[in-house]
Amino acid sequence: MSPDRAYLSEARIGPGLAAVAAELARLDALFAQAGAEAVEPAILQPASALLNLYGEDVRARAYVVHDPIAGERMLRPDFTAPIARLHLDRHGEAAAETAALYRYAGPVFRASVPGQARPSEYLQAGVEMIGPRDPVAADVEVFALVRAALGPLAERAAVTLGDLAIVFAAIDGLSAPRRLRDGLRRRFWRPPAFRRALAALAPDRPPPTLARRALLDAAASADGLAALLDGASEPEGARPLSAVQARALALSEDAGVSLPAAEAARLAEILAVRAPAPEALARLRALDPGALASALDRFETRLNALAASGADPEAMTFDAAFGRALEYYDGFVFEFALPDAPRLPPLAGGGRYDALLARLEGPPGLPGVGAILRPEACLAVP
Amino acid sequence: MTAVPADRLRLGLPSKGRLREDAAAWFAARGLDIVQTGADRAYAGEIRGAEGVDLVLLSAGEIPAELSAGRLHLGVTGEDMIRERVPDADARVRLLAPMGFGHADLVLAVPDFWVDVEGTHDLDEVAAEFRERLGRPLRIATKYHVLTRAFLRERGVGDCVLVDSQGATEAVVRNGAADAVSDITTTGATLRDNGLRALADGLILSSQAQLCLSLTAPISSAGEGELSRLLETLSARALASSPRED
Repeated sequence: MSPDRAYLSEARIGPGLAAVAAELARLDALFAQAGAEAVEPAILQPASALLNLYGEDVRARAYVVHDPIAGERMLRPDFTAPIARLHLDRHGEAAAETAALYRYAGPVFRASVPGQARPSEYLQAGVEMIGPRDPVAADVEVFALVRAALGPLAERAAVTLGDLAIVFAAIDGLSAPRRLRDGLRRRFWRPPAFRRALAALAPDRPPPTLARRALLDAAASADGLAALLDGASEPEGARPLSAVQARALALSEDAGVSLPAAEAARLAEILAVRAPAPEALARLRALDPGALASALDRFETRLNALAASGADPEAMTFDAAFGRALEYYDGFVFEFALPDAPRLPPLAGGGRYDALLARLEGPPGLPGVGAILRPEACLAVP
Repeated sequence: MTAVPADRLRLGLPSKGRLREDAAAWFAARGLDIVQTGADRAYAGEIRGAEGVDLVLLSAGEIPAELSAGRLHLGVTGEDMIRERVPDADARVRLLAPMGFGHADLVLAVPDFWVDVEGTHDLDEVAAEFRERLGRPLRIATKYHVLTRAFLRERGVGDCVLVDSQGATEAVVRNGAADAVSDITTTGATLRDNGLRALADGLILSSQAQLCLSLTAPISSAGEGELSRLLETLSARALASSPRED
């Protein structure tokens, strides 16, 4: 009995297929009853526009195919970005004022990675809530929908919560200049780069290399950089000389900046918080240098609302660094996983992705939150 | 693989060019003469001094896949080719011996006038600058997608997209198809001529030709004996003594 679809065997024909179809119908009815409108993005998506949006993990695994007329197309690696695109195309200028709740189901495609037993095609069913709404209420509504959709599995699952708004507030509260704080924030999803960027701010960091010293010295004087560039190649390509000059200047301004060791240590402590949600909240309150207050207030309000919707706060783990693997999420994130079924991926997960919509050239400040279930994985639970 | 375990070994060698000549010289120096058989059959040959070995001549680029699939027991090709073209290479192919030729470094290089970019840490910042200024990731032209992607990931460089380039990779920045390159260099002269400079920590792989052993090719005990004799002759045996996975 070899698996003929993700996580399931004998599910392409006969009773196995009927079970999959029934599960999809059940989810569709449940989401429809919650007021979600059906949406069906094309499986073949324009490659270049969409690939630009994803983090490297999805980008590296996208199936790009060639069409003789349309050029490069891509098998959709997820639903969120194509649905956001449909919403923006449909509402144009009015997208910012139009709140929508969408439901969807279908296969997504991600190329295999050697050594990792991840399926290259699997089903997702989910919801996306796009447009102006009270963010905490929207987060909780999406979470509650997923919980309802999982049914009894939600009780068996270990729930992990994260909130990138807390991480970003912690970074933003550092005493380093904005450019450096932005650099840290951007690298949060890439731990090696994040560690290097923090190390580069340490008061006891190694001195700059000779080449970097020369650049910093040159940038400080009016014609120093011109002299340095004199021996280099002619400017070509998409990056103008002015960008090189501007960054050289910024580097020389940053050269004297360092982050006090106590601040770096506190950031590390904040990122290491992982505990039942109420305890995590208390620990974060205690660690808060002041910058986290409003993010923590919002987290507390959300936690209370999650409890009111029926979830047990003590049974949910808050992990400050959770969300690192999912580049376009930038707020509340959550996941339902079964610890006693390590072969299966998380049964469901989702989060807030406000910045993704801006990247899609949507109106500024247009928020979005969504979640997916993996119906095949749910059916495969022993 | 369902093939019958072979009594005879299949050794794959590059069928033409400098790599073929160097490989033949390497075997000759170890007492094994590679001879071409048949007047106009350039792809047929035999190896004198190792009578249980069948010589298979094919393009150096095809050798990694043949080793990986177990259709060759041994092969000569560049480490860069193995690491780029064989998924999960360490489980499928063992590099037995660096052969001292075919040296090539895969490096990440940027336009030389980017004087503010010394290493991958800087490149990451410039990629963010591209996103902010042009609304797109930084484009890196390469034909080594697997190696480059793994390197960027390991170094934590974000917001780069790999652009496929077969052929004159060095010229892509000049013609606007990419912003940086990940390419093979031997002396660095071609990079320099094209206004490019390797990053200080931009060495992705220092490669050379390798004698490679397939860990997936079926082999009989007679074939094992043949392999031991051959490796002994080649003085590479000590390097092959760790257990095989079949």
